[in-house]
Amino acid sequence: MATTSTMFMYSLTVQPPTAITQAILGQFAGTKEQQIVTASGSRLTLHRPDPSQGKILTALSHDVFGIIRAIAAFRLAGSNKGRITIVEFLPAQNRFSRLHLETFGKSGVRRVIPGQYLAVDPKGRACLIASAEKNKLVYVLNRNSQAELTISSPLEAHKAQTLVFALVALDVAFSNPVFAALEVDYGESDQDPTGQAYEEIEKTLVYYELDLGLNHVVRKWADPVDRTATILFQVPGGQDGPSGVLVCGEDNITYRHSNQEAFRVAIPRRRGATEDPQRKRSIVAGVMHKLKGAAGAFFFLLQTEDGDLFKVTIEMAEDEDGAPTGEVQRLKIKYFDTVPVSSSLCILKSGFLFVASEFGNHQFYQFEKLGDDDEEIEFTSDDFPVDATEPYTPSVDSMNPLMDCKVANLTDEDAPQIYSICGTGARSTFRTLKHGLEVNEIVESELPGVPSAVWTTKLTRDDTFDAYIILSFTNATLVLSIGETVEEVTDTGFLSSASTLAVQQLGEDGLIQVHPKGIRHIRADRRVNEWAAPQHRSIVAATTNERQVAVALSSGEIVYFEMDSDGALAEYDEKKEMTGTVTCLSLGEVPEGRVRSNFLAVGCDDSTVRILSLDPDSTLENKSVQALTSAPSALSIMAMADSSSGGSTLYLHIGLYSGVYLRTVLDEVTGELSDTRTRFLGPKPAKLFRVSVQGQTAVLALSSRPWLGYSDPVTKAFMLTPLNYPGLEWGWNFSSEQCTEGMVGIQGQNLRIFSIEKLTDNLLQESIPLTYTPRQFVRHPDHPYFYTIESENNVLSPATKAKLLEDPAIVNGDAAVLPPEEFGYPRGRGHWASCISIIDPITEKSVLQKVDLDDNEAAVSMATVSFASQEDEVFLVVGTGKDMIVSPRASTAGFIHVYRFHEDGKEIEFIHKTKVEEPPMALLGFQGRLLAGVGKDLRIYDLGMRQLLRKSQTEVVPNLIVGLQTQGSRIVVSDVQESVTMVVYKFQENKLIPFVDDTIARWTSCTTMVDYETVAGGDKFGNLWLLRCPTKASEEADEEGSGAHLLHERQYLQGAPHRLALMAHFYPQDIPMSIQKTNLVAGGRDCLLWAGLQGTLGILVPFVGREDVDFFQTLEQHMRSEDAPLAGRDHLIYRSYYVPVKGVIDGDLCERYTLLPTDKKQMIAGELDRSVREIERKISDIRTRSAY
Amino acid sequence: MADKLRAQQQLEQLQARYVGTGHADTTKFEWSSNIQRDSYASYVGHPPLLSYMAIGMGECREKVRGAMIEKMIQPVGKPPEVQD
Repeated sequence: MATTSTMFMYSLTVQPPTAITQAILGQFAGTKEQQIVTASGSRLTLHRPDPSQGKILTALSHDVFGIIRAIAAFRLAGSNKGRITIVEFLPAQNRFSRLHLETFGKSGVRRVIPGQYLAVDPKGRACLIASAEKNKLVYVLNRNSQAELTISSPLEAHKAQTLVFALVALDVAFSNPVFAALEVDYGESDQDPTGQAYEEIEKTLVYYELDLGLNHVVRKWADPVDRTATILFQVPGGQDGPSGVLVCGEDNITYRHSNQEAFRVAIPRRRGATEDPQRKRSIVAGVMHKLKGAAGAFFFLLQTEDGDLFKVTIEMAEDEDGAPTGEVQRLKIKYFDTVPVSSSLCILKSGFLFVASEFGNHQFYQFEKLGDDDEEIEFTSDDFPVDATEPYTPSVDSMNPLMDCKVANLTDEDAPQIYSICGTGARSTFRTLKHGLEVNEIVESELPGVPSAVWTTKLTRDDTFDAYIILSFTNATLVLSIGETVEEVTDTGFLSSASTLAVQQLGEDGLIQVHPKGIRHIRADRRVNEWAAPQHRSIVAATTNERQVAVALSSGEIVYFEMDSDGALAEYDEKKEMTGTVTCLSLGEVPEGRVRSNFLAVGCDDSTVRILSLDPDSTLENKSVQALTSAPSALSIMAMADSSSGGSTLYLHIGLYSGVYLRTVLDEVTGELSDTRTRFLGPKPAKLFRVSVQGQTAVLALSSRPWLGYSDPVTKAFMLTPLNYPGLEWGWNFSSEQCTEGMVGIQGQNLRIFSIEKLTDNLLQESIPLTYTPRQFVRHPDHPYFYTIESENNVLSPATKAKLLEDPAIVNGDAAVLPPEEFGYPRGRGHWASCISIIDPITEKSVLQKVDLDDNEAAVSMATVSFASQEDEVFLVVGTGKDMIVSPRASTAGFIHVYRFHEDGKEIEFIHKTKVEEPPMALLGFQGRLLAGVGKDLRIYDLGMRQLLRKSQTEVVPNLIVGLQTQGSRIVVSDVQESVTMVVYKFQENKLIPFVDDTIARWTSCTTMVDYETVAGGDKFGNLWLLRCPTKASEEADEEGSGAHLLHERQYLQGAPHRLALMAHFYPQDIPMSIQKTNLVAGGRDCLLWAGLQGTLGILVPFVGREDVDFFQTLEQHMRSEDAPLAGRDHLIYRSYYVPVKGVIDGDLCERYTLLPTDKKQMIAGELDRSVREIERKISDIRTRSAY
Repeated sequence: MADKLRAQQQLEQLQARYVGTGHADTTKFEWSSNIQRDSYASYVGHPPLLSYMAIGMGECREKVRGAMIEKMIQPVGKPPEVQD
């Protein structure tokens, strides 16, 4: 088991997958409001659509640690509570808190394990779970006398040698539940060598009826349907319609039911010069929607692979009263609109359409009309309009599919950014990801001078909004009043001839201004009481709350005031003398129902913070001391929500001159400081301010850039996230009628007012549209530009398209080119469209140049290479394939194009191309030359005048080279199927010698060298692994000399002489497309960042000490039993899906600790001999040290 | 003899229950068909894998899914002639 590894990694998800495999609609909250539940990867997410804002909010997200295969919502008869059944490969179960769990398979996603299809009777009486072949299980759902949900043992409806293409439940009102399946029996074709039986195979629509009385499932009806059919849709039954199903195949939609005639309608095609008139469309997704009120009012929206939505309605015969009888008369089809190709469509009652795109951003549309009254031709419509019937509303960002990802710091900020290429077709994008919170700027205005500080204050205690903005300059103070406009006021009683140290609304209706020479107490009737600082001394630091004031004098004394019963400030008789100069002070808020805050925090320049008591019995007595690494620059005592205690806890936030921020827990009784957490903010001294964001108290920490400390709305864990905003010198809370929860800040000579709208999302995305599906990208070695290769299969290239459009024989008047973002590109089998784009993600934020490839070539790989023969000039090298066929792999030729950079990389110029036998799938710069993987061969090329010159070649892998990495003269070659092989290059002999390979077949998708001996990589089945070369083999390979000993070494089991050792293995489910060793936060540790196809971003953090490993291993073990995954999948089995998990601790599971109920937390803490707080600190530390 | 019979019966039971259980006379065709069908079912059953293939082929997922199940009908071509 895992314990034997010498290397341990901690796996964390930075961003969960954004691909939606399925989305369903239901009223899960028990109210009328409809919610959307989506399944993405192993995560189940509940979204709440907000129709008023046209937004989708995430209400809850849960990692089930299993592969969610299908989900369905159902409602039990007689109950008005919506419930959800989640089906993973093992279980069927209910809701986010588990109501029921049934196991129906234990060996993962396999051919005969049910779970591929799930259908629930519309009345919620039964569900059918089917596998791709043979097995079908029917569960009867019921309620027992306690109104709890019960689930029967399964009834079998197996049929051997039968494949299922689609499955739906029939709407039969309250008669016995019926399920319809689209099946093919291959039994005969397997026995017939002539192939005739295969030719004659029929696809049948089969009805399975569950007889509730007999508790038995029968195959009730079977009838052949269109051979190409792949998808079924339920037609409403009972009062609402004729019941039955729509069977959708290539080019047709057919209505079928056991007691009705079949009705068939063709799917309209697009017309145009670039359209192949013979190309048949098929339906790939759809939704049925019942309209409220009228019986029989329902329609379907069915989508073709082009993204076109068609509205299908069924016309029924009417009786004398004009009510529908349930007898179908005809089927109508009509073009409705074009939206991205979806995996699920949901129509909300509030008139919205949620499109869960299979690739790219998910969209949220609002229906304008249902297309009943437009000019669209019904039935055999082949005209094609461009005007959309629905206005567009904001989309939900999705990084799916993520094709490649790189971390780079192009903006010279403290932390690097993540750059990625995502999406398919015309909707593909180049995305920049930055850690930070979105800031909404409200006002930015220039001031006459450079202010040093700013405050806002209200006039009386009961005011809701602030009335004044007070600005302090070096020797003046300016007061602005907030109203319709912001203007200067002079008669406020504030001293304007000196700078200000603090401003506070005191007591009922007083105001306080602390300036270096004293304290001004301004009463409501403009009377001013002034307390002057003792002679030859001035005030250096001040802190206030609505009843107390404390100031520190230049002599190191602290003077304390408290408001007395008649609203005047009373000085406490004694002054407290501190040892050093006081740099900062802080008083907490007065707790509700109390007259004072009990603690005063004092920061001195001897790098200490002291807590003084303000209790009347022990005023200004020392309570506790904390030593720091540098002098404190700011202090703030505040109560914040806390996940460990469940309620709110008093914290002391400390900012240091070194730019470090500390947060410690302040004991409310003893004043003890404990549980210190540190974080480096930036090189400037940290300043701290109490602000209010989204109804919670948060801390605004300013250093070289602004940060916000808040508790996460979902997990309640403390988060510290930078704001996407320029660096501020000062900040304060701001509240006015226009902006109730804002902040005001000073940046240079500017006054800025801003607010933060969203705390849930701490990764900011920016995207640049691309032309075709991006395949790979590289960065210019010196300049901040990226180069992508994009290619699209089965799409006409621009040249072919232009030729077709020019052909006068084809053009027939309406040759309008449809925008490809909505409608996709014109398609043509066997055609490729491909291009190289230059992207500037920093200044222009757009594609600078696009180079199209012609002759049906498509780019497959790229690299920037500096050629030693050209005085180390850097060239862009792109590998292409001509007439490629994806499966089985074929092509007529491959080429390597060479491009020269111009204008610092803003432009590229084609130099020449070299023909090779196969498309080169991997290219890499290597010792001033080009390393290329062509088929099984590894080659070294040098740059010539007319073409590339081959210098060396060896066959190194059994199938196909797909990736190359290098360090020194060692090359890591990944094979499409056979894991990685390490090759050494002997310069003198000009020989490439493979010396170590792997024992297991790994369908490598990406690799990176972690160190000289170790390779980290991912494979197409969704595994992550680390392999290490044995020390002896590594040393032998690098021995001086000819390498003859390597060449003549005996092969081991027909492979290389040595084998790689597996160091770590983990199953994260998503397919890793890119992996690299990087550092994500300023001053953070190196970690491995991997990016998954479905948009997952995850990291592997190496453990430094054995002690931490033991701790997290035990914690993980406890979490497995205490917080068993929701879907019932055993966590250890899930993470060991293909290969037993080794050397990796699942951080996502460990982080669920903070979400456990307090008693369970304490139990686990007891087992681990630590406090709850300590465990939570360890969990949050390991994340913040290397990621967000 | 009885033992042999029982073993035979048990094997037959297993074969009926678990698709793909082999026997002494499993032909190359049966074995490879079975492996291929398992593979296709796995491609269809794992959402990321299906997406990966759909992107590679330049098709949409639903079409690829349909095509994969279609291929499960006769994954390795016609069965060989039976020679007696």
